[in-house]
Amino acid sequence: MPEDNNSVVIENLVKQFGDFVAVDRISLGIRKGEVFGFLGPNGAGKSTTIRMLCGLLTPTSGRARVAGYDVGREPESVRQNIGYMSQKFSLYNDLKVIENIRLFAGLYSVPSNQLQARIEWVLEMANLKGQENLITGTLPGGWKQRLALGCAVLHKPPVIFLDEPTSGVDPISRRQFWDLIQHMAEEGVTVFVTTHYMEEAEYCNRLALIFRGKIVALGTPSELKRDSMKGELLLIECEPLGNAVEVLQSAPDVIDAAVFGNALHLVVRDAAAAIPQVKKYLSDHSITVGHIEKIRPSLEDVFVSLTTERDSGKERKA
Amino acid sequence: MTEQPQSAIFAEALTKSFPGIRAVDRLSFDVSAGEIFGLVGPDGAGKTTTLRMLAGIMPPDQGKATVAGFDVVHDPEGAKHHLSYMPQRFGLYEDLTVDENIRFYADLFGVKRAEREDRATQLLQAAGMSEFRKRLAGKLSGGMKQKLGLVCALTHRPKVILLDEPTTGVDPVSRRDFWRILYELASEGVAILTSTAYLDEAERCHRVALLHQGKLLFCDTPANLKAKLGKGVLSVTSSDPRGSRDQLEHADGISSLVLTGDGLHVVVDDAARRIPEFEARLKDAHIPFGAIQQVTPTIEDLFIDAVGSGSGASLHV
Amino acid sequence: MSFTRFLAVARKEVVQILRDTRSLIIVVIMPVVLVLLFGYGVSLDLKGLPIFVYDRDGSQQSQDLLKRFQASAYFDVVRVVNDYPALTRALDDGHARMGIVVPWDFSERLHDGGPVQVQALVDGTDDNTANILIGYAQSVVQGYSSDLQLDWLRNHGQPAQPASVSVETRTWYNEDLESSAFIVPGVLALVMSVIGAFLTSLTIAREWERGTMEQLISTPVTSLEIMLGKLAPYFAIGMFDVIVCALIAIYWFQVPFRGSFLTLLISSALFLVVVLALGFFISVIAGSQLAASQIALLITFLPAFLLSGFLFSIEQMPVVLQWITRILPARYYVSVLKKIFLKGTPTALLYTDLVPLTVFALVLAVLATRAFHKRLA
Repeated sequence: MPEDNNSVVIENLVKQFGDFVAVDRISLGIRKGEVFGFLGPNGAGKSTTIRMLCGLLTPTSGRARVAGYDVGREPESVRQNIGYMSQKFSLYNDLKVIENIRLFAGLYSVPSNQLQARIEWVLEMANLKGQENLITGTLPGGWKQRLALGCAVLHKPPVIFLDEPTSGVDPISRRQFWDLIQHMAEEGVTVFVTTHYMEEAEYCNRLALIFRGKIVALGTPSELKRDSMKGELLLIECEPLGNAVEVLQSAPDVIDAAVFGNALHLVVRDAAAAIPQVKKYLSDHSITVGHIEKIRPSLEDVFVSLTTERDSGKERKA
Repeated sequence: MTEQPQSAIFAEALTKSFPGIRAVDRLSFDVSAGEIFGLVGPDGAGKTTTLRMLAGIMPPDQGKATVAGFDVVHDPEGAKHHLSYMPQRFGLYEDLTVDENIRFYADLFGVKRAEREDRATQLLQAAGMSEFRKRLAGKLSGGMKQKLGLVCALTHRPKVILLDEPTTGVDPVSRRDFWRILYELASEGVAILTSTAYLDEAERCHRVALLHQGKLLFCDTPANLKAKLGKGVLSVTSSDPRGSRDQLEHADGISSLVLTGDGLHVVVDDAARRIPEFEARLKDAHIPFGAIQQVTPTIEDLFIDAVGSGSGASLHV
Repeated sequence: MSFTRFLAVARKEVVQILRDTRSLIIVVIMPVVLVLLFGYGVSLDLKGLPIFVYDRDGSQQSQDLLKRFQASAYFDVVRVVNDYPALTRALDDGHARMGIVVPWDFSERLHDGGPVQVQALVDGTDDNTANILIGYAQSVVQGYSSDLQLDWLRNHGQPAQPASVSVETRTWYNEDLESSAFIVPGVLALVMSVIGAFLTSLTIAREWERGTMEQLISTPVTSLEIMLGKLAPYFAIGMFDVIVCALIAIYWFQVPFRGSFLTLLISSALFLVVVLALGFFISVIAGSQLAASQIALLITFLPAFLLSGFLFSIEQMPVVLQWITRILPARYYVSVLKKIFLKGTPTALLYTDLVPLTVFALVLAVLATRAFHKRLA
């Protein structure tokens, strides 16, 4: 991977705690201006990787360069060139808006000759001009988001890390927020997102799924939905629903069956072949089938299918 | 709305205000036994306040509510024997073990020892936590804490369960496990009222009430709600999402357009008509694109359509 | 009221106390430490105070006088010096609390029939001690002086029968005027205040802060069950500590115990109810554990320390403060304690203290019960 195009380069990164290998030889290249998503169950090595990339944890072996600096040898420089935003925990709720901005400007050592301009820029971006003296805790969620983002980028870092940035925020504010992020990405800022919220994952140009310290999938959201799902997804409406799940769990060629709302989701190897088979199987068990169709898997389906193992009926819970 | 005799939960014109803010505004809905009902909306929509009122720990300013047949406004203590409430923040004791927490809550609900033991063993096994009985609750992972909360809530076989954002911050696999337990409970006749800020989780509920700033936007099954949208939703896959956006932004028939990571998500008036129009536009501008397909609307689409771009809300019933 | 639910709350509270090292230390070690600290550390008697002497006469008489200082238990003649500067230096750097200077013409003037004055230089920075020192010094000199006069009368043929008046003191109740006997019983009040009010004040506030209260109030448990369940363990601990501290006082510090043990238990139980109710009340109204502990210390510990009569005599206080102590439950408890330990007052005569204590206990208990509601907003 040509390094000049890549803002973040990770090569065979490993982190071990005693006997436990938290991060097991991860390699990635993330381009400048890319919005990159990092998904994974808790305990999969996601947070550990992020901490290494932020220069907060020293790798056991392997290398990573963020914004041109080596995370193992120059963590301080890394930290000065990144912005970090965690939606629920970034700001001090009892400070005024302007006080929060000034605080972060100080923490990031924004040079005094640029200070005023940057403050103006953040207020503009967060749509808080004229509201500088409001207490941060009283702001609506969407505004806090943008303020937190603004504070995280006061020093114009080339790489920013966002931790579940819009969870709980109303959809309109969320769209405006992501508009902002995409705008920044267009200007060359590399954006690293971690989230459990699949809707946020859709906003990423590319996604990496981590499971047990390894990357198990990498690609655009569409690619993942198309290629990474182990099998195909069927939607079944039938009566009675509860029985149908149990019956189908033990049906041949069915990889997984689960209730979803008022219907069933079935994971099968081949949808076309499975549809008639399933219909027959269900009616043999006195279950009336209302409707069966193949549906596109969601990112969540992909996620679950890649991070759950079904070997000899034993399911690993993350 | 008249109270249905079989309603496990019934709320009529529930209202609650705090200084400067109307948290819940004349909210009415009902939940039947065996139903999983979702209160869906962003932070500040009024979900937690509604749940607290139904749990009998916060009196409403106005309105009526019954839970498991008990008037929860005038006789909250009566209702509490038949319901379980799991607040948003972990409500169990971190310095007590799993067993001790279970025993504590079982005693509060008057569950006899033998029955408690049976239920606990059964539930812990279903939750995959049998070997953690002696562990301090504070030392459990986030997903396990949620499951423990559920176990403690179920020992006394409540008729109604109230859950406040039980899966926030929980990874999709644990979330799926949690929902599997909920579906089983529902099939046993328990009425479940759960709230979530994850709009996509709304799809898992039997029926959904979308809340926005304390008001009810809609209340129906997810399928019905989507059918009522009356618009088409298109997904455009493209390796140049920004270019595509620039081209299509001002095209006719678009209600909303959003840039996703690898394309566009567009709400249009008539899918069949617009697809070829957009394809033509993109081709003419030499924007590379993979496909333009019609997809099912998401709950977020419904939300945005109802709330608009911030100015007023149109109510669909 | 369900006994099962009450027991469940009490059991949980006990487990939590046992698992919380800080609480355990306060509950087990602190009472013992307080008793030992006050028993040994605080002594209102002054003994063996260091003094320097400067004998400018050097005669038999001056030596006699100085020997009396030496013999007195109140003084400890640390050094004999030979000039003023040495004396003032000693006072300056604290080696001496007082300096005695015998004038050069001491014996000469005595021989001439007097009068003669002995100079005492006193470190006045602690005026309490200074006054006492002066008093002691005067009594030593006075003793010498009257002995001299008696000798003179005898030597001049007068029968030594002048009418003399002296004060024959019998100290009741605390014969050795051991201040530990005076102080230690009162320490129980201090211990109760900490256990009762301070620890308890954390209990409700903590549940709100940690988020467990929200779930608790959604269950059928009643406010009364919550209150009694939470306070019962602290009551048991408090009574246990009373017994432990009393035993230490009696067997270690040899504080006399002349009253009824049952009355001690009953009055302690009453005071415990008072402080527990107070602690609970504070816990309900305070917004956080931090605020609760601060209020508790301010309202219970500090007054118990300063105004209950435990250390400083109430009768010596300005009248306004004396009136204030009347609304302090600790004052009545300390009074009962002293009477039981030192005086052996029959229980019937303790009504002036027990009745107010009982009234306080009832009023505060009712207040506490009313204060706690199973409601948010």
